Amino acid sequence: MSVGPLPIAPYRRLWLYGVVAGVLFFLVAPIFIVIPISFSDSEFLEFPPRGFSLRWYAAYFNDPQWMAATRVSFIAAALTVLFATPLGTAAAYAIHRAQSRWVRSLHVLMLLPQMVPLILIGIGLFYVYIQLGLVNSMLGIVLAHTLLATPFVVVTVLAGLQSFDMTQEKVARSLGASWPVAFFTVTLPQIRLSMVSGAFFAFTTSLDEVVIGLFIAGGDNTVLTRRMFLSLRDQIEPTIAAISSLLIVITLAALIAVALFARKAD
Amino acid sequence: MACSITIRDVRKTYGQFVALDSVALDIAPGEFLTLLGPSGSGKTTLLMILAGFIRPEAGSITVDSDEILRKPPHLRNIGMVFQNYALFPHMSVGENVGYPLKLRKVGAAERYERAREALKLVQLDHLMDRRINQLSGGQRQRVALARAIVFEPQILLMDEPLSALDKKLREQMQIELKHLHDRLGMTTVYVTHDQREALTMSDRVAVMNHGHILQVAPPREIYERPCDRFVADFVGESNFLPVEMRGDAATFGGAPLQLAEGQSAGSGNKALLVRPEKLDILGATPAPEHNPIDGTVEELVYQGETMLIYVTLTSGETIALRRGTRQQALSEMPRVGEPIRLGLHRDDTVLIDEAAHA
Amino acid sequence: MHDMTAPQGGHALNRKELAADERREKRQILGLSLPAAAIILVLLVIPVGWLFALSFVSNGEIGLANYTRMIEYSAYLSIFSTTILISLFVTLLCIVLGYPVAYLLGQMPPRLATIGLAFVIIPFWTSILVRTYAWLVILQRQGIVNDALIGIGLIDEPLRLAHNLTGTVIGMTHVMLPFLVLPLYATVRNIDGDLMRAANNMGASPARAFRDVFLPLSMPGLIAGSLLVFILCLGFYVTPQILGGGRVIMVSMKIQQNVQTYFDWGAGSALGVVLLLIVFAIFYLVHRLAGLDRIFAR
Ligand SMILES: Nc1ncnc2c1ncn2[C@@H]1O[C@H](COP(=O)(O)OP(=O)(O)O)[C@@H](O)[C@H]1O
Ligand SMILES: [Mg+2]
Repeated sequence: MSVGPLPIAPYRRLWLYGVVAGVLFFLVAPIFIVIPISFSDSEFLEFPPRGFSLRWYAAYFNDPQWMAATRVSFIAAALTVLFATPLGTAAAYAIHRAQSRWVRSLHVLMLLPQMVPLILIGIGLFYVYIQLGLVNSMLGIVLAHTLLATPFVVVTVLAGLQSFDMTQEKVARSLGASWPVAFFTVTLPQIRLSMVSGAFFAFTTSLDEVVIGLFIAGGDNTVLTRRMFLSLRDQIEPTIAAISSLLIVITLAALIAVALFARKAD
Repeated sequence: MACSITIRDVRKTYGQFVALDSVALDIAPGEFLTLLGPSGSGKTTLLMILAGFIRPEAGSITVDSDEILRKPPHLRNIGMVFQNYALFPHMSVGENVGYPLKLRKVGAAERYERAREALKLVQLDHLMDRRINQLSGGQRQRVALARAIVFEPQILLMDEPLSALDKKLREQMQIELKHLHDRLGMTTVYVTHDQREALTMSDRVAVMNHGHILQVAPPREIYERPCDRFVADFVGESNFLPVEMRGDAATFGGAPLQLAEGQSAGSGNKALLVRPEKLDILGATPAPEHNPIDGTVEELVYQGETMLIYVTLTSGETIALRRGTRQQALSEMPRVGEPIRLGLHRDDTVLIDEAAHA
Repeated sequence: MHDMTAPQGGHALNRKELAADERREKRQILGLSLPAAAIILVLLVIPVGWLFALSFVSNGEIGLANYTRMIEYSAYLSIFSTTILISLFVTLLCIVLGYPVAYLLGQMPPRLATIGLAFVIIPFWTSILVRTYAWLVILQRQGIVNDALIGIGLIDEPLRLAHNLTGTVIGMTHVMLPFLVLPLYATVRNIDGDLMRAANNMGASPARAFRDVFLPLSMPGLIAGSLLVFILCLGFYVTPQILGGGRVIMVSMKIQQNVQTYFDWGAGSALGVVLLLIVFAIFYLVHRLAGLDRIFAR
């Protein structure tokens, strides 16, 4: 199969290049406007900023409430990764290997959290958590985030398994490995990349989750996004720009780490 | 080390579809047995049942009178080579071959030695540190083989291991595999859909179709005395000519057929099996031991080592015969349109039951 | 060898044991999915089931009051029509903006395409809150857009871009665009370029070849992406809440208000049930028309 440009003279599609460049600019520009603003020395949101200062970073780091929310968010995200990655991997493996007539239903069940509107999951969990006393608890947050993150892991690991040659697992078993041993020594090392991507999805899903957090992640366990959301609804202050910039940098770093890992795994 | 395998009443279905229907087979210790059959005939299914990856609905498989059907694959001590080799890309050649030893808790030094020895058997001991993706197809095939025999399994299974190689390499590997088998002497079950490969390598061939084993016999018998029309047709080139039965004697073209000594026509509908290379061109000279077949030359096809001659018989069928292409033979070749008299030596005359598995 | 011997009595026992082994192995494999399935059942299926039951309770009475209210009050109807119209419009915008991107990147050499794709993936992984905040900054009265427009003398008074429908649509489009481009790109990338060349060779103009060959082949990706965008839009909460400034009310916002402000679980649940039914109806419709398996099987 060959890809590559079609036999159309490049000058005839200049307009296409223009449109695409415009759209790509539309996609990334807002994100990179936030960063300079976070270094502004003014109360007002100006672009380009007139003076440089770190005051909004200081405001963020010196505020115990922001710090507490940040801590809660990162702990929740880490725990979500720890739960969702093995759960999702095991489920993906089951879906891939089982030949039972339940597999289709199982697959749909795994994708359900991505099909049901978040707001509905939010109030549903809120209602159940009230009965169980889990509102505003770390356990409640992590369970909710695991619910949202597991489908991502299932989908990525399933994709990894589909490009993995299962006869390798068979060969390992014929050579003397019980199937758990075959899985851990032969299959797992080769679907590592999709597991890492799945874990990354789980982490960002948890870190970025807003809607459900509005219902179940308040009080002592207020997550960062909930605090940001409430602050955005009330007034626009550049502290948010500082936090946003940090989040952007963290996301970018994680993305690059996954990309580097992928290159190494090749 | 070599052991016998006894397969009884093994049955496997997929829904309504019967993949294996009461298969029975005895394999002698140290034997090289080939399962031969068209695609979809159940060869892989039977092999996978032996290895433990498919569980039949019923039946019994004993290895040296040990029932193995309910044993998981990793406890069966059976080496297996898959069609696509299934080498582990995240391990080096040496690590691949050492893997079964590692599972058996063999120490690193001994593991290295034994892996090297196994690789030496396939002439690849100089490539121990290579990555898998740096190997050619033939090399991969050999590594897979070394990995399957390094732990000295009682039984070796191979599922079309040579089908991904080009013709030259395939033929060379056929001989190598056969020699390796002669040296190690482990009971081997080999799967192929290539009849020439089966005839070349095997002690015995089991011909399969639609989940049945039709005939189990040494290569010569399979080719010379096929038990039914399917086997005759699948193994080698064949022409089938109708014969009339008069009592318990067969006639062809009005004349009674001469059969090889010890053969009788038997009863029921029969066809005469004629292999293209077994036909002689009879001149005017009388040939009392030949069954004569008359016809007209229809077409000549030059194929390099042989010439294929199509002849339309007076009875209307077209049959093919082969001649060598030495210059002398070429100069005596009949011309298109000429009448021709062919002869089938009575020792080469084989009658096939028409009814079975039609 | 014709071995037609009837199964011997000894193997009849075997039959039962083999079947039991088979069932056990199946159970073991399926069992691996149990923890994940349990989480989804307990935290999603059961709660949503509860909401469904709650939606039939109004002021302590069981009945359809929560649903009849939706039909009787025009405010509810307008919330649903607003939600659907905005979702349709945003989906359309995403197609118009996203198709050229996927089309061009799909034909670029892999290295260049990866760079282009990074421009789609980076926003995709950036928190929705961060992006919504960025648009708030850009679109506000003294924001960059207004400053620029006044600067070049196009307008005298700053335009109202944020805290209204305009801001909502811009913000939502920005959030949703990657959801359309990524699946579409995956499909477009796998279209054999020789097909277009062949069409050209047979005399089709580039535009004609695009319409007859490329567009139909890209359909699965386009449908998958559009479906995803539309469904996500229907339930969208964060961006319209912040960029709409209270002037744009979508279903999810009404649900939140019912539950958290008025503690009216029945009304909120009923809205949620209707929203969910709409989502499932769309999935079903697309499945019947285009076959979800074919679209998502890759
Ligand atoms: N998992 C399966 N489900 C349904 N049918 C199958 C399955 N595996 C094999 N078959 C069918 O069983 C028959 C035998 O297959 P196989 O043993 O692979 O044949 P061979 O190796 O001789 O080509 C084929 O017709 C195939 O379609
Ligand atoms: Mg096969």
